[in-house]
Amino acid sequence: MSQTSIAVAGLGAPLKGKRPVTRSFWQNVFRRLTRDPVTMICLAILVLIIIAAVFAPLIAPHDPYRTSMARRLIAPGDARYWLGTDELGRDLLSRLIYGGRLSLFTGFTPVLLATVIGGTLGIIAGYLGGAINMAIMRVIDIFYAFPSVLLAVAISGVLGAGIGNTILSLTLVFIPPVARVAESVATQIRAQDFVEAARATGAANWRIVSSHVVPNVTGPILSYASSLISVSIVLASGLSFLGLGITPPEPEWGLMLNTLRQSIYVAPLNAVMPGVMIFITSMCFNLMSDGLRSAMDVKQ
Amino acid sequence: MFVYALRRILYTIPIAIGVSLVCFALIHLAPGDPLSSVIPEGASAEMIAQIRTAYGFDRPLPVQYLKWLGHVVTGDFGTSIMTRRPVLAEVLPAVLNTLTLASAAVLFGFALGCLFGVISGYVAGTPTDRSVAAFSITGVSIPHYWLGMVLIVIFAVNLNVLPATGMGEGGSGSFGFNWDSLQYLILPALTLSVIPAGIIARAVRGTVAEVRKQDFMQTLYAKGLPGRRVFVHVVKNALPAVLAVMGLQLAQLLGGSILVETVFAWPGTGFLLNNAIFTRDLPMLQGTILVLAMFFVLINLLVDILQTAVDPRIKRA
Repeated sequence: MSQTSIAVAGLGAPLKGKRPVTRSFWQNVFRRLTRDPVTMICLAILVLIIIAAVFAPLIAPHDPYRTSMARRLIAPGDARYWLGTDELGRDLLSRLIYGGRLSLFTGFTPVLLATVIGGTLGIIAGYLGGAINMAIMRVIDIFYAFPSVLLAVAISGVLGAGIGNTILSLTLVFIPPVARVAESVATQIRAQDFVEAARATGAANWRIVSSHVVPNVTGPILSYASSLISVSIVLASGLSFLGLGITPPEPEWGLMLNTLRQSIYVAPLNAVMPGVMIFITSMCFNLMSDGLRSAMDVKQ
Repeated sequence: MFVYALRRILYTIPIAIGVSLVCFALIHLAPGDPLSSVIPEGASAEMIAQIRTAYGFDRPLPVQYLKWLGHVVTGDFGTSIMTRRPVLAEVLPAVLNTLTLASAAVLFGFALGCLFGVISGYVAGTPTDRSVAAFSITGVSIPHYWLGMVLIVIFAVNLNVLPATGMGEGGSGSFGFNWDSLQYLILPALTLSVIPAGIIARAVRGTVAEVRKQDFMQTLYAKGLPGRRVFVHVVKNALPAVLAVMGLQLAQLLGGSILVETVFAWPGTGFLLNNAIFTRDLPMLQGTILVLAMFFVLINLLVDILQTAVDPRIKRA
């Protein structure tokens, strides 16, 4: 918008030197997010956890793998082992710091993969419609017909423990819901006049998809996918908790919770510690996802 | 309505077939020989071939699938490799236990969720509303298996008022409506209820706030109806949507209780699944997953049809 057009519009004296600010949708979303205190606090906490995980070798006070029968299950508040030790005498604080690496990785990767794969499938199904839509969405419906935890446990249980299998099973769990969101939005977009107009001007399918469908579908998909991160972190740790995810002796919050569970009567504080980390992380992702959703709500 | 119900039922058939196909394929996805836990060590090639024929594993996959499906439809889910008992005989009591736990959890969650949801729907935008929102986000974010451990520490270890694990004295599987049985149900049901509580609170808040924004609310107040009578109208309008959410949550919990069942050693399907996975008892695993998935499909079907029947505003194509 230029100054002249405003003057022409009859607003009286032209604005002096100051152009009216126009922001894109995403710039607006970003602005609202940075002004939302809850989102910013959660972001700060998550950044701290991520930095600690990435620079774990520099930050962790002890070797997370070194066991000692002599100092098993020291209570939190110890001068040398601040958060105490686990059932094999390993420093809990160091293991919690290192644990963020696998817990965040196995929680985040499935959502990323499912967003890309499910989003693509949904857009293809929604935009092309007809028989292709039928074929894709009915297969999606079948996987959607399983309770999510059951599907994750079944696939991991059959394939066996391990990082790769955990990520694979969670990705399969998250593809159907993402694809459904993408498909329903893409179907709506396809019926819009501007898509018709683009087609009338001779735009090829890929151009319509890349310049009209994808930009319009991205918002709803991102908003939905962001809400999955917290679910994914809880589920990934849950699989390790069942012994179906990460294998010992790797430090991972869910697995730590699993092995420390045996000591729950002896050292309850130590035993529940890893769960606090899962809770904080999942809560922060959820609150941020909520912030993103309201920042993207244009009606506000 | 009837046409819709009929179509919805017919549509369930291909889904059910698809689900059975996935359950069948799961076993063949398993790395290694699915019979590895049956074949004794150092068995001769001849013996292995014999076992394969006995289990029908020498046939082509589509034939195996059809044969398996034929057995399943007549209620024969195969024999557990570990207990040597029919799978169905093991799964059904476990399903009952899981259903008990899941129903109690959904009722808890429904009560909590409705209470909080109605309050915050009435005071939308106030600090009370925001604290209810925080509560419902906590409910869906909390790793419930961890919450179960915390509750055990508080109520079973420190206060020593409730039993920590199991389902009754001596781990008996029979559940009765007396304190002896119910005290075992409280902690796991409470743990499992946080997720539906959070989700139902959010759904109720949204629906109540939506209903209260509609024009007929003004009319009700304008004609002098007292608040509690208006509330009846709010409930009537919000109920179908909320009941649907509750039904779907019950369905999700049936398959989702495995983590909580493991924490509390609750002898339900989750417990069964866990055992089947670690003993590589594949017929058991397959049977349990199939039964649970079918329950899920059925409950979804029921919720859909009931919702259409209760709420005439929903017109489905």
